Amino acid sequence: MEKPYVHIDNLSVGYHGKALIHDICLDIHKGEIVTLIGPNGSGKSTILKTITRQLEKLGGNVAFAEKDLHKLPLKELAKKMAVVLTDRVHPELMTCYDVVATGRYPYTGHMGILSKEDERKVYESLEAVHAEALSERAFDAISDGQRQRILLARAICQEPELIVLDEPTSFLDIKYKLELLSILRNMAKKKGITVIMSLHEIDLAQKISDKIICVRGDIIRWYGEPESIFKEDIIRELYEMDNGFFDTTFGSIELPGIGGTPEVFVLSSCGNGISIYRKLQKERVPFATGILYTNDIDYQLARYLASEVVTERPFCEISDQSVERALQLMRSCKKIINAGVVIGDCNRKMQRLIEEAEKLDI
Amino acid sequence: MDIRRKRQMRYSLVFGMLLLAFCIIVVLNINTGNVQISVPDILKILFLKKGVEVEYNIIWRIRLPRLLMAAILGGALSLSGFLLQTFFANPIAGPFILGISSGAKMVVALTMIYFMGHFSHVSSTALIVAAFIGSLISIGFILLMSRKVHHMATLLVAGTMIGYICSAITDFIVTFAEDTDIVNLHGWSLGSFSGMSWGNVKVAFLVVSITFVCTFLMAKPIGAFQMGEGYAQSMGINMKVFRVILILLSSVFSACVTAFAGPISFVGIAVPFLVKKTLGSANPLVVIPGTFLGGAVFCMACDLIARMAFAPTELNISTVTSIFGAPIVIFMMLGKKKGK
Repeated sequence: MEKPYVHIDNLSVGYHGKALIHDICLDIHKGEIVTLIGPNGSGKSTILKTITRQLEKLGGNVAFAEKDLHKLPLKELAKKMAVVLTDRVHPELMTCYDVVATGRYPYTGHMGILSKEDERKVYESLEAVHAEALSERAFDAISDGQRQRILLARAICQEPELIVLDEPTSFLDIKYKLELLSILRNMAKKKGITVIMSLHEIDLAQKISDKIICVRGDIIRWYGEPESIFKEDIIRELYEMDNGFFDTTFGSIELPGIGGTPEVFVLSSCGNGISIYRKLQKERVPFATGILYTNDIDYQLARYLASEVVTERPFCEISDQSVERALQLMRSCKKIINAGVVIGDCNRKMQRLIEEAEKLDI
Repeated sequence: MDIRRKRQMRYSLVFGMLLLAFCIIVVLNINTGNVQISVPDILKILFLKKGVEVEYNIIWRIRLPRLLMAAILGGALSLSGFLLQTFFANPIAGPFILGISSGAKMVVALTMIYFMGHFSHVSSTALIVAAFIGSLISIGFILLMSRKVHHMATLLVAGTMIGYICSAITDFIVTFAEDTDIVNLHGWSLGSFSGMSWGNVKVAFLVVSITFVCTFLMAKPIGAFQMGEGYAQSMGINMKVFRVILILLSSVFSACVTAFAGPISFVGIAVPFLVKKTLGSANPLVVIPGTFLGGAVFCMACDLIARMAFAPTELNISTVTSIFGAPIVIFMMLGKKKGK
């Protein structure tokens, strides 16, 4: 296995000599996207600021390509690492081009005059974030999403091996979030640039990252590939969620179900029930649903929201037992909704439920 | 590519205008005064060094050093303002507002009284050193406070208060000083370019030109710092060193001004603002020389007005700079609100 690009060994970080998080040991490989997640105030930024040397480390070691980070001259470091910070910048009278061009700082001469080569790099970076059209616009006159892209272009322009981003998607609407993250993904894979960032959106973190770091309490609680991190119980503990659920299949966040005796019975299958479930949940009506195969997409949501779900194992014929339970529930409910049941060979018995619903007429 | 061309055109135009204004003001300044001297006579005196003795002395001993001093110190004061604005990342920061001029004034007053009492003479070097120490005392206080107070407006108010305290102490000293000193101090403590000797000009020129060169060499990190501290550091700037250099440079500039001409208000805020706006750029490579030139023109013009508006009575230079400078600052703040 190739040697890790960033090697963090027993690092302690914090403010004013007080360690906030200690014993951080991580290996990050070239071209990986590594995302820090964790509750607000858990110290994600503190870790990032220590890696970018805005904060002094309190102990341990960080090595870049086997060189000690804290011994590297700042000028040399600037050619290896670029940052996108949470600080809101208000540079005076600067166009987007000017802002991106500041990324060339480590490469220009004593007076900082851009060469033809530097200029080309600036345009390339603008292109990489699809912002060529913004180049002559004033930086303080563009939208948050555009600004974030320009700041990323600035970082790319610095030609780093590693980019550190502190919550790059805050303030951005969904379109810009996706755009920014797909640019990062492209960059990491095509140019082999390593990315370390913090994200609030765990659903996005799951989809973009190669590795996930969970910061909880005073340690790194979990570190690994998204598949091993995004488990219901880990996320629940990480964020101390006592209401709501994190759906690991789709990475979506769900509010808690109502619970209690069901008042409505929903007949559904094949995803037809989802919109009904959400509606009932918003109106705070407890409901039961069925009969769902446990591989039905409806089931993924129903298990969080419904008071009771009558289920069946995938691809098996529905058992009489399940039918009985469903009928029982239907009779006890005040209302039955048929969200749309698709009937095939295995679930023929659903016909029985539909007939019963028509008979009950509620 | 086109925008570069446009920018260069604009820079050349602005610098051309500034140089033109500079020349016009120089001519006007030499040409006007309580004693009327004809243009051919002035030219003779200047270039052939020939003329009536009284007129010769007026030109060479009074008008020329005063004019040069206004230019040098005006430029220095504006640059001091520019550096402080960079440091605090706030366009309202300046040596007068932050109480730095007043701090310098206080120590200079003390030094003057001490030297006058003991040696009946003060060297300009001693005054500059005194002013420099005074500036650093005020800045020191502000920096100490900036650790606790992160709100910029509060910091500016604190600076203004330091200014008042220093002024009060200065007034107190002046009140109890001996008669001869008071005459000396009083005119000076309100700010004036009058009574400059060639010796003063030489010292000021030397100090200011060296500091100017150092400032110009800092253009690259200053430009990077405009993106904020975090980004500047990520580009490889050692922030601690950079900060210290910035403070020292701006202190030398404002100390030099205060030592010779006393505290002068608003130039340090108004000039950098106007220069940046007319250049349409905050790039230190053009703003630094532009600000210096602009400050020189502004102060020479204000000095001309101070001399001539109610001649033979002369106004304090701060009276004139405030009248022109303060409205610019108000305009600046209104413009900022609108932009947001």
